[in-house]
Parts: sequence; structure tokens; C-alpha cells
Amino acid sequence: MKSVRYDAIVVGGGHNGLVCANYLARARQRVLLLEAADQVGGAAATESFAPGFRVSSCAHLVYLFDPSISAELKLADHGLVWSAVDLPSVALSQERAVLSISSDPTLSAGEWMSGEHKRFDALMARMTRFASVLQNLYTRVPPRLRNRRGDIVALVQAAWRIRRLGRDDMRELLRIAGMNIADLLDDELNDDRLKGMLAFDAVLGTRLGPRAPNTVFTWLHRLVSRAPAAHGGIMHPLGGVGALCDALSRSAQAAGVEIRTGARVESIMCDADRVTGVRVADGEEIGARQVISNADPQQTLLSLLGARELDTEFVRRVRDVPMAGTAAKLHLAIDDLPTFVGVDPEQARGRLVIAPNIDYVERASNAIKYGEYAPQPVIEITIPSLHDSTLAPPGKHVLSAIVQYAPYTLRAGWGAHRDEFADCVIAVLAEYAPDLPDKIVERQLLLPVDIEQRYGMTGGHWHHGELGLERFWMWRPTPGAAQYQMPVEGLFLCGAGCHPGGGVMGLAGRNAARAVLATARP
Amino acid sequence: MNEPHYLQPLLPTPFHSRTQAACCTALWSGWAGYQSARCYTHVEFEYFAARNQATLFDLSPMIKYRIAGSDSLPYLNRLMTRDVGKLAVGRVAYTVWCNDVGKVLDDGTLFRLDDNEYLLCAQDRHLPWLQDSAIGFDLEVEDVSERFAALALQGPTSYAIVQRMGFDDLMSLRPFGWRRVKYRGAELIVSRTGFSGDLGYEIWSAPDQAESLWDDLMAAGADFGLMPMGSDALELLRIEAGYLLPNADFMPADHATRASRGRSPFELGLGWLVDFNKGHFVGRRALQAERAGSGRYTFVGLDIDGNKPAHESLIYHRRRELIGHVTSAMWSPTCKRNIAIAELQAGREAMLDDLWVEIYLKKELKWEKLMVRCRVVPRPFFDPPRRLATPPAAY
Repeated sequence: MKSVRYDAIVVGGGHNGLVCANYLARARQRVLLLEAADQVGGAAATESFAPGFRVSSCAHLVYLFDPSISAELKLADHGLVWSAVDLPSVALSQERAVLSISSDPTLSAGEWMSGEHKRFDALMARMTRFASVLQNLYTRVPPRLRNRRGDIVALVQAAWRIRRLGRDDMRELLRIAGMNIADLLDDELNDDRLKGMLAFDAVLGTRLGPRAPNTVFTWLHRLVSRAPAAHGGIMHPLGGVGALCDALSRSAQAAGVEIRTGARVESIMCDADRVTGVRVADGEEIGARQVISNADPQQTLLSLLGARELDTEFVRRVRDVPMAGTAAKLHLAIDDLPTFVGVDPEQARGRLVIAPNIDYVERASNAIKYGEYAPQPVIEITIPSLHDSTLAPPGKHVLSAIVQYAPYTLRAGWGAHRDEFADCVIAVLAEYAPDLPDKIVERQLLLPVDIEQRYGMTGGHWHHGELGLERFWMWRPTPGAAQYQMPVEGLFLCGAGCHPGGGVMGLAGRNAARAVLATARP
Repeated sequence: MNEPHYLQPLLPTPFHSRTQAACCTALWSGWAGYQSARCYTHVEFEYFAARNQATLFDLSPMIKYRIAGSDSLPYLNRLMTRDVGKLAVGRVAYTVWCNDVGKVLDDGTLFRLDDNEYLLCAQDRHLPWLQDSAIGFDLEVEDVSERFAALALQGPTSYAIVQRMGFDDLMSLRPFGWRRVKYRGAELIVSRTGFSGDLGYEIWSAPDQAESLWDDLMAAGADFGLMPMGSDALELLRIEAGYLLPNADFMPADHATRASRGRSPFELGLGWLVDFNKGHFVGRRALQAERAGSGRYTFVGLDIDGNKPAHESLIYHRRRELIGHVTSAMWSPTCKRNIAIAELQAGREAMLDDLWVEIYLKKELKWEKLMVRCRVVPRPFFDPPRRLATPPAAY
């Protein structure tokens, strides 16, 4: 056996891997981080897609990144600058004027129906209180259902936080937690534009439509950004989302983490039910007491470690994690700013959402059930070059769009339909910005299958597996493995496949580091 | 086959024309969807034939899986608790396998047919478990139950009968070994295995040879007292032999709706089938934790005063404190002892010198309750030297 050189090896340099490695190094562990690509960041990267044009490859805005992690890791000192904070969300509409909302209600614009603003504010205030309960759970390692003191205390604390909402709020939270977003929005609001955009927020990054149960929960997950302990707004780092990872990388290196890029881990080695290290693509074996994987659960457990080291029922549960992504990314290099009808320059800096009503979102989601793409997709558009000049040559712009729903496996096969789908998306964009098609210099479409191939995420799923009540907290990624520690001693997960899940948060990384350090204590 | 299962008749086995003709009692039961004789003439005739002559038992309904491919051995070592690497080609092993929490799913016999080919015989169906356990391995698991017609030829004269059949080369066949033998231009597999705890063989043939095989065996066995035997007599044999029966002595973990009803190999007295030094296997972590702590139950053999079988009896310490129950019981005509297999709570070693069973007895429609002294004794209750003798004696 090789001599153990490192206390911990982190497999994969996504934002969670970087955060985890950093906290471990701060606890005086000797940490090596191995990243397969030539730069860290994983899917949270900024990459060039046309000469002079760069774009955030997957997530293109930051909602959920935990501010306490930013502070603890001193990301500002390591070069993190936000090019925009509190970006507005703009509901595009062909029939009526656009509607714009912001985390600062006074900035909300557009023509509101009578009383609608008040109803909206009341709804958001209540949902924010609920999201605060979630936010608190998100910052902790989930308990296990066994009769140990720490677990019981954690369960009682979670129950107490819900109870402390007060009788009315608690009753309402329990009533709506498993509900679908369409019914909730229909109960509370009237404006189709608003309801369409909020329904979109709830289903973004999932395979669900707004009438599917669980979508109130997925909305709450997103609303954690509004909890008092969170940042509060929609933000964009200067240099794209990859710049956040660059800052994380510098901070990690300053803390003593050794980072190797271009080092693809081929397998996680173990002996006598204990991790011994990893083998990288060139055959080199690197020893470590602990291996913490930023890769998704299926990739880590079934490919890198291998089912042979695991028990059958556990393998079944890992295999059954829904991993097929539904969100595609369209990147356009444009030589001039397009005009979105009814959108003022201030609004154009924000996120422009094409989801004009709930039915539209529902119809788009139908396709995915049958292995088809949505011919009228829902789209979230950003033009980050409006506030970040590093992304496009002067006077030119980058348009980045998240497009849903695009199945991982198209029933007819993606081959010939790839361009057809991109054309479809651009045609929908043109309905809202008629001058856009003529300004396109270059386009890039990343389907879930591309995202899988580029970033090693199984199924190209941004969240490393579906989110939902049945896949959260003690149940993420699977029951019995939700505490970051895997059955083989010394093996941990730290990616979005674990609690609290997807979105560029960093909390899975920090929680995982805590779980690792808790086992290291004598 | 679109009828609901309760409207589907039990299937005939390949020996049905013969078993049907031999069955005087019309006592049949269902076994894995097949019609299986409980008793051909009288359970005591059949029992004594098995202990003093020889019997033929149709075990075709046994579920059989073929496991073949380059990863067969690592697969089986990950599936089973024992070290399958020690099983040579030509040998058979008794084995159990567990779920993730270390509770037994079933037991069975594993034949190593070739370097990378095995046959697993079990009471119950397990294909989904066996296939899902194959994730990450290069091999095939196939249900081959219908490709075999199988007979158990058991009893002291069984070796004389296979000699009379002209099956050469069985003289040197040791217990838990198998050989291929020529039979009417084809090949049979004969293994020195069985559920009777006595000298005996199991014969595995193609279904289309089943009827002639039955006829030839019955003819060859005519001078040796051979008679067909049903499952009622087999039940007596296996208790004397001390073998456990799933669904009688323990609940297979995947059948139990109460999570606490599953039993680990240690709790079943099968700790000798668990090998922690062979690498990972399903349930290993749970079993290691159990070994470090303690199991909840222990299996014992009991010798009970009197001659009234202690069927399903409760077991008390000093007639008062309930510490276990009988899972299988009989009056053993061969041992002349009242025997039982029982599950006791673990950690009660100090109480074993003062054990009592509560026997409910119906005497001509009137119930009586007996409280009878019992003692823990080693299993098997019946273990004649001829079971292991190689070459076997031709009685």
C-alpha cells in the first residue's frame, strides 16, 4: 500500500469542492483538490464560446451563494466583485406591458392590477418566512433517524423552528409544502404575467411542470435567497459565475489547498472497507485518509467507487436518483443590443423571463414527459455584458439563456434536431425582441447531454439530481446517506447531490467539511 | 395466463405422470407454482423408507439460477456471506445471502459448474435481487428453473441404487461434490447433496428425460426398498438433520413486513457461513457491527421430556419467564427422542439449565396443557457415519 500523503483529496473543483477543500485546509488538514478540466469551477465556469465572447456556462446568475461563506473565506479579498446586485426579474409579455419585480419592492415597475402588488408582497413575505426555516436547515448536516442525542436534538430543533412560525403560519406551511405552485398562485394572485414568472421560478432546473406536486417546495428552495440570512438579491459576479470560483480557488490556495487541474480521477480506491486514495487518468495513485467527491452521487458511487463496494439495496437507491436534466443553455454572441419590446434599459440588465402564464409553462413541461422538447419553451434571458464589460468586445453583447424543457434523451435522437431546437428558441426570443435574429454573430447550444459530457454531471442535471420533498434534507441523495459520509469509511460527498442541493450555494461543501471534521475528531 | 393467480392451476412438474400415478392420498400442495405431493401412501412408511431403505423425492419446483460470466466469482463473493472463492469446480456449497442490514434473504446450494459458471438453487424466487446485485459486474443471471427436472434419491441404499443404474464413478464422490454421468445418450448431473441428513444424491436431468429417469430409478431401486416420498416425510427428515427451513424457522427478510423479524446468520447459528476476510459483501457492515455488539437471538436444538411434539411451543425459564419459542418440533422415531429447533433470546446462557416448554395437546378433541422440562443439545440430532463415508457402503 502506498504511504498516505494527504489527509483529504477533493475530487472535482466545482464551487462546492472548492469550499469544502478550503474549510478542511483551515482545519489544518493537508488537502489536494483534483479537477479534470483545465480550470476549476466545474459547471460554475465562465468560458469563451466565440472569439472575444465569454459566458457563464451553466448558472448565469447567483441567488443562493451563502454570504457567511463569502465572509469566512474572504472572497472579496480574493478578487470577488459583483458586477450587479439586486437585479430585477422582468416578466415579458406580448399582450400587455412587462412586469418587473425586485427584491426591493420600491423598484418594482410595470402596470400592476388593482391590489395585486399588496397581495404579492403579502405572499412573498409569508414565503420568505417559510424559506427562512429552510435556510436554517440548509446550513446544517441533516440528522439521521436513530436514537442518538445529536439527531434527536436536530429533529426537535427543526420541528421547533416550524412551530415557532406561529399557529397560522405553521398551518399554512404544512398545508402548502407538498402542493403544486399553480394552485397556490391561483389562490393568491390574479396577474397572469406574474403567475407565469413565479411558476417558472418554481420549476426551473426540474422536470416538473407547475401543476406537479412538490413545486411549492422547489419554489421555496429558490426563495431561500430572500431569507434574512441570505444575500437577498439576484447577483452577477464581475467576470461571470466562473469569477466566483476563481475567487474560491485563490482563497483555497491561500488556505493551503493544493490544486491540480487537468487531473481526471478515474477511480476511488479502497481497501478493507476504507478509502485509501484515488487513481488519476495517467495511472498515478494518490493516497489519502479521506476522499471527498464533488461529483454527483451516481458518478461517485457507481462509477468512481463502483457498486461492488456497496450493498445491493443502497446501489438500487443510488441508481434510482432521477438524474436526467431538462435545462439547456443557449449562448448568443450579438453585435448590437436587441430591443425587447417594452423593456427599459434598467430592466434589461436583469433577468428577462418568457413564461407569460401558467398554462404556457405547463404546456412547455408536457413535452419532457414524452421525450420531446418544448417547441414553445420557457426561457430566462440575461445580457450580462450590460453590466460586465469583461464578457464581450466593446459595443457588443452576450445573451445567455436558460431554456426549458429539453430532454436528456430526445426520443427521436438529438442528432438532426439540435439545430431545429436552437432555431425554435431563437424564434421564440424573436417574438419578444424582433430585431434579435439579425444581430446574432455566433450561437452555442448546450443540451443536457452536452452538459453531462463537458462537466461530468450524470444526465446533465444542474442540481446533481432532482430536487423535491422526497429528495431533500434527510432524503438527499438517498435515505441513510444524507450526512455526506458514504458507507465506505473515509468517503464523502460534497456536491449539489447532497443536502441542500442545487443552485450555486456552497453550503453542501461547507456542511460536508463539517461532517468530515466531525469524524476526524477522536 | 391472464387469469388472476388464484384462478391459475398449479403446474405439473416433468415427473407429473409418475407422481400422479403413485400418489394414493391425493394430498398435494403448491410449491413455487407447481403441484408437489405431500404424501404418496403414508407419511410413516415414507419416513422409515428414507431412514432404512431409500426414497425418491421430486424437487423440480426448486428455483434454479445460472450465473455465468467473467465476474461470476467476484459477484458471488459480493452477494454471499461465505467465501465462494474456496468452492472448486465439481463442488457444492450451502450458503446464505443477506440484505443491506445483514438479515438473511434465503439459503440455498451453490454448484460450481465451471470456472465462470455457477448454479444457485433456492426455495424462493430472487431474480430482481440477483440482477440488481449484478450492477457493476460483467455476467448474466438467468432463471433456468424449467431447464431441469430434479429428483432427490436419499437413504442408506441410495448408493446401491445409483450403482445398479450404471452410474459409474460415483464411488469417489464425496459429500457436497457433483459429477456428470452418462444416461441414455445424454448427461445428468448427480450431486451428493440432500435435505435428509443421510447418505443420498440429487439428480438433475433434462425435463424430456424425466419420465424415463423416474422409471429406471424405480426399477433399479425395486430390490432396495425404494419408494416415492412426499414433502411431509421430508419435513421430519430435515428436522432430525437439524436443517433450517425458510418461512418455518426464520422469516426471509424480504418477506417480513415487521422489520424486526429478519434474522442475521449469527442469530440463526450460521455464523460459520460469514467470512469477513474476503472483501466486501452485502450486509457486511451491519454484520460486523452485530458481531462487535451482540445478536438478539440464538438458535438451539432442544431435547424435550416425554414424547409429545412441542409444535410452536413457548419456552420459559423456571416455568415463568418467556425467553423463546419452538420453530420446528417432532418426536424422532429414529433417535427415540422428542426434539425441537428453537429460537431463544440471546444472552440467556445462565438460564439454559432450567428450561421448560409449554405444550398444548389435543387428546380426542380435548385440549390439555403440559409444562415439560427441556435441555439444549447439539444439532444435528441424527448424523449417521454413512452420511459422510466415502466410498459409501452399498447396503
